Amino acid sequence: MNALLGRLLILASLLVSSTGAILAFAAGAKKSLDGLKWARRFAFAFSACMALATLVMEYALLTHDFTVSYVAQVGSRSVPTWVTIVSLWSSLEGSILFWGFVLGVYIAGATWLTRNEHIEYMAYAIGTWLTCGTFFGFLIAGPASPFNTVPAVPDGPGPNPLLQNHLLMIIHPPMLYLGYVGMTIPFGFATAALLRGRLGLAFLKPLRNALLLPWIFLTIAIMLGGWWAYEVLGWGGYWAWDPVENASLLPWLTATAALHSAIVMERRGVLKGWTVTLVQASFLLTILGTFMTRSGVFNSVHSFTQSSIGPTILVFLSFILVGSIVLLAKRIDLLEAEGRIDGAFSREAMFLFNNLVFVLITFTVLIGTCFPLIVEAIKGKQMSVGRPYFDSMVVPAGAALIFLLGIGPALPWGRVNKEHAMRSLLPPIAGGVIAAALGYAFGARNAWTLVTLLFGGYAAWVTLAEMWRPVAQRMRSGESILDATSQAQWKRGRRRFGSYVIHAGAVIVIIAIAVSSTMRTSHEVTLKKGGSAEIHGYTARFRGIETRVEPHRTATIAVVDVVRDGRVITTLEPRMNQYAMMREPIGTPAVYSTLTGDLYLSVMNLDPSTETAGLLLLYTPMVGWIWYAVLLMGLGGVIALIPVRRVYAMTPEPVRVATPFVAGEGAGAPQS
Amino acid sequence: MTTATELSRRNTRRFMIGALLVAATAFVVIAAGGINKNLVYYWTPTDLYANGDKAYGATIRLGGMVAPGSVKNRVGVSGVDFDVKDAGRVVHVKSNGVPPQMFRENIGVVVEGTMTRNGYFQCNRLMVSHNNEYRAPKGGHPMNKEELEKLMRTTEGLKD
Repeated sequence: MNALLGRLLILASLLVSSTGAILAFAAGAKKSLDGLKWARRFAFAFSACMALATLVMEYALLTHDFTVSYVAQVGSRSVPTWVTIVSLWSSLEGSILFWGFVLGVYIAGATWLTRNEHIEYMAYAIGTWLTCGTFFGFLIAGPASPFNTVPAVPDGPGPNPLLQNHLLMIIHPPMLYLGYVGMTIPFGFATAALLRGRLGLAFLKPLRNALLLPWIFLTIAIMLGGWWAYEVLGWGGYWAWDPVENASLLPWLTATAALHSAIVMERRGVLKGWTVTLVQASFLLTILGTFMTRSGVFNSVHSFTQSSIGPTILVFLSFILVGSIVLLAKRIDLLEAEGRIDGAFSREAMFLFNNLVFVLITFTVLIGTCFPLIVEAIKGKQMSVGRPYFDSMVVPAGAALIFLLGIGPALPWGRVNKEHAMRSLLPPIAGGVIAAALGYAFGARNAWTLVTLLFGGYAAWVTLAEMWRPVAQRMRSGESILDATSQAQWKRGRRRFGSYVIHAGAVIVIIAIAVSSTMRTSHEVTLKKGGSAEIHGYTARFRGIETRVEPHRTATIAVVDVVRDGRVITTLEPRMNQYAMMREPIGTPAVYSTLTGDLYLSVMNLDPSTETAGLLLLYTPMVGWIWYAVLLMGLGGVIALIPVRRVYAMTPEPVRVATPFVAGEGAGAPQS
Repeated sequence: MTTATELSRRNTRRFMIGALLVAATAFVVIAAGGINKNLVYYWTPTDLYANGDKAYGATIRLGGMVAPGSVKNRVGVSGVDFDVKDAGRVVHVKSNGVPPQMFRENIGVVVEGTMTRNGYFQCNRLMVSHNNEYRAPKGGHPMNKEELEKLMRTTEGLKD
């Protein structure tokens, strides 16, 4: 029953999105207002179908309807309810359905928010979104159908235990989807601009906001993925240049570049085609990422999601890629530049360098990730690209980024007066020197870490100075510090303030990555009951092995007292979790976090009969800063996104449309 | 449009293209070199012998079975020595560090490291298949090449 209902809803969504897409493109070409109205209705209908289908799936999961294929695959009566709810995205078919749901929400939201605006572009944008909707509807209806009817089984195996093992797994996938799927919206806007052959200043706002929202989600999702790996996988790191991690990073890099070039576009009227290209690339990379993670071409920690949908995604990817390239090649010249870039030493030039570095990192990661695939396809030999490649390429690029992050905002727009430039460029050097000296005092000897600290201190100084500047200006004209702050940062300059909050977060993240990856100490020991090992001033005393039976798993735990200065400060319980449906136990580390660093204990093996434990002890400085600073970046994004209630002295866009939109003309779906 | 903006447009474009070309060339050279130096080869013991001297110093993921009776835990310090074999050849492996819980004889393993001139494989990373579907063959039946390749693909180390 649920299976049938789900299938019908998915078929309806497929029908609605394909019809709506054709209708929307026709309305765009004919400039028909009625057609646009109908395209909007179809967009809402698509969202409704996807939402209902997802609800049906959740209902089937919660009622343990094992006649639905997906429920039979991931459901289990023995897991807690929260696990049942989140198992919607624990395996391939469900996560694609969830993808469709998120896409529906985004399309409905974007269609609603633009209901009175940008008529010129919207039909094409909706057409593009619904084309993507059609593709995902097709995936859910066919190759990745979660709604097949199967003979009922008494109980299912439950979702992959790695996912049940940690709470972060509830939020990481939805965040990632919100980021990934959200890139469809700016892609639609960019495609619309290309199809219309113009990109006016007024249309920049929705484009940039549509980019910023998924960017926030993606930023947080990448961090959550790293944090999860750190808390769960037990090797003590958070990033391994795994193809799947790279897949989430690639669109983030191009989207970040696009957010920056959009600012140059707004201020100077240049880089229109470039920004549009970056937006297209971000979307393409999300689809490529989906292909990497969902097709099983790469096998990694995420290999539990492999299936045969690869070819379908590859076809869609090629279709979008060729379409985007053709469209860019034909239309990019129509996106006229209205200004120019003055000199190689202005703020806008720094934006350009920033873009170059981001694109270089994108290519570095893309090549390193795809190279083994290509070799295997051609020569049939298995290999992979080792971590040192990524590190050796990305570390200098990261240092360049944090350098630009400092120097860019310190420089004024346009032509630069030398004296003025020196006045803003020189003082922050003090910040850099302080940071580097502090790092050296705390034992940093790695050259790249010291360079990062130097640039990071510089950038931090500049960022704080730029946050302070508008407040100081207002205070000089007699406002109190509170008034000045709320006016400058919140009521008026909110977007600017949000950007600098993001920058502050980014500075902390880059420094924390540099410090945590070069200054950690590790120690592998085999301890007998009562034995102890030392690391970074802590003593880990192994108290013995405990076995604990929990509803859905049995845990074998190494109980370890952490002693500092003769006092037990905490007890850590790294463990092996044995799930009912799994052959092998899964190790789960235990972490003692402090402001300065984390003590991390991971179980290599446990032998209850002899009461011995093989333990990995790690001390990683500053690692916790990464998670919180990324949240700060997300907060900055939200601040920048909240609309400012302020009357813009905006000149209306000159209407250059040959034929205006007219109601009643060319309405209805074209006959095929 | 006036010629001035036309000119500035061309200037901007020339600047962009020039910068892009320089960056792209430098990038391609560096990236190609970087990839070439950091390749990780997925080999079975037979492949390893077939590649001869190339095995010394290269980063290798060696996939095979832990030969029965070959596991020797070191006394006093953590570390384990064992033989990895496939249908044809045997490679002696020395691994520092504590082996994972699942490690035992007759199980498929993937060891990452390099071949030393002293005739043993120095392992930096010892991985046991975490793939749920995969089951190690019983009774020491040596895995064929296809099985080993699948093993190497699906085994991801949970250790740096």
